[in-house]
Amino acid sequence: MLTKRIIPCLDIKDGRTVKGVNFVGLRDAGDPVELAARYAEEGADELVFLDITATVEKRKTLVELVRRVAAQINIPFTVGGGISSIEDVSALLNAGADKISINSSAVKRPGLINELAMEFGSQCVVVAIDTRFVDGEHIVHVRGGRTATELRTLEWAKEVTERGAGEILLTSMDHDGTKAGFADELTSEISQMLPIPIIASGGAGNMEHFVDSFTKGKADAALAASIFHFKEISVPELKEFLSKKDIPVRLTQ
Amino acid sequence: MSVVIVNYNAGNVQSVIHALNRLGVEPVLSADKEVIQAADKVIFPGVGEASTAMRFLKDKQLDIVIKDLNQPVFGVCLGLQLLCSHTEENDTECLGIFDIKVKKFEPRLKVPQMGWNTLTQMDSRLFNDLPSDPYVYFVHSYYAEVSDETIAVTDYINPFSAALHKDNFYALQAHPEKSGKVGEKILSNFLEL
Repeated sequence: MLTKRIIPCLDIKDGRTVKGVNFVGLRDAGDPVELAARYAEEGADELVFLDITATVEKRKTLVELVRRVAAQINIPFTVGGGISSIEDVSALLNAGADKISINSSAVKRPGLINELAMEFGSQCVVVAIDTRFVDGEHIVHVRGGRTATELRTLEWAKEVTERGAGEILLTSMDHDGTKAGFADELTSEISQMLPIPIIASGGAGNMEHFVDSFTKGKADAALAASIFHFKEISVPELKEFLSKKDIPVRLTQ
Repeated sequence: MSVVIVNYNAGNVQSVIHALNRLGVEPVLSADKEVIQAADKVIFPGVGEASTAMRFLKDKQLDIVIKDLNQPVFGVCLGLQLLCSHTEENDTECLGIFDIKVKKFEPRLKVPQMGWNTLTQMDSRLFNDLPSDPYVYFVHSYYAEVSDETIAVTDYINPFSAALHKDNFYALQAHPEKSGKVGEKILSNFLEL
């Protein structure tokens, strides 16, 4: 049976992990490669690296980082943050990334989704959607959720799918950081409406929240950052828990 | 041992190279007939669209080269589908090593199948020393039907050939290079054939 995926997200700034945590046995908690290897070892199903580096100049270090990650990690990984052209994507995929994630650049120029899907295949194009509930409607936001757009979330999710997105990474800005659970209702609505996998993100605070995300939220995968980084939940105990709740997961063999 | 990865512009082969490097092997990426023929082991990878891939192989006459190989050949993902006789993806005639048709998944669940699923009914040296029903990573919208040449079955929407074997040809629908330790073991088993 196809299993539900657990995806730790690593925030990267200037080639280093932000909010890195000192796992036992890690020499350097700030080294994304070491942290990624640790997550892979623990049974993470995929990894997402989100580059929050501010300057274009320092972004070049991302390709080098991707090359180092790809050399060491034997599970799929996605790279996102500041990607806005075919050239950006080509450099990251050639360095060994399996998928790339675009967000603001897709809102700014939706045709980019079509171009990337044509050039590299839908399977490697993840469209990240940051959404917030405003005046009774789910509205797409950009710039880390700070700026509202004109786009309604459900319509945008449908449009990116039609344009060739292979997956949607749906982050509820209302839930992100609250540790009160994922946006299950919205996730479920989008997941049942669309033929592509939906990764739920934002709000994970305990293991029950993941159960809810997969059952009520109908998510295909769930992503979290801080609860894994700060070791509030470990990937193996989460998977053990999900398995006991009859959620199909890949247990480390 | 010389390992050649057939280079036919079919997506990103970097992760296959990395996976082999981790096993201590330095593969050669080549579209040259003589280099491929001289290899001890040939890996036939692929991510992308079938008709484009077949056209490229034919243009370089690699279709004939691959069919005539006698050393162990390992088709991965799209590579498995191209070793079959025909795929519904743009109604494409393939290499025909395996007398099997490749079909599109009925969209009763999400298509592509993306993620980790189990290999069952494993019956090949490719799967030596693996745990029972191991998980491997899949990304695909088309599948090879189950046949006499099937050496592992996976169930998604319907049971399909997760792996095939005939003579010196082996193939896996999943991505061994992205399938953790299980994938590494499958790759090293292939290298030991």
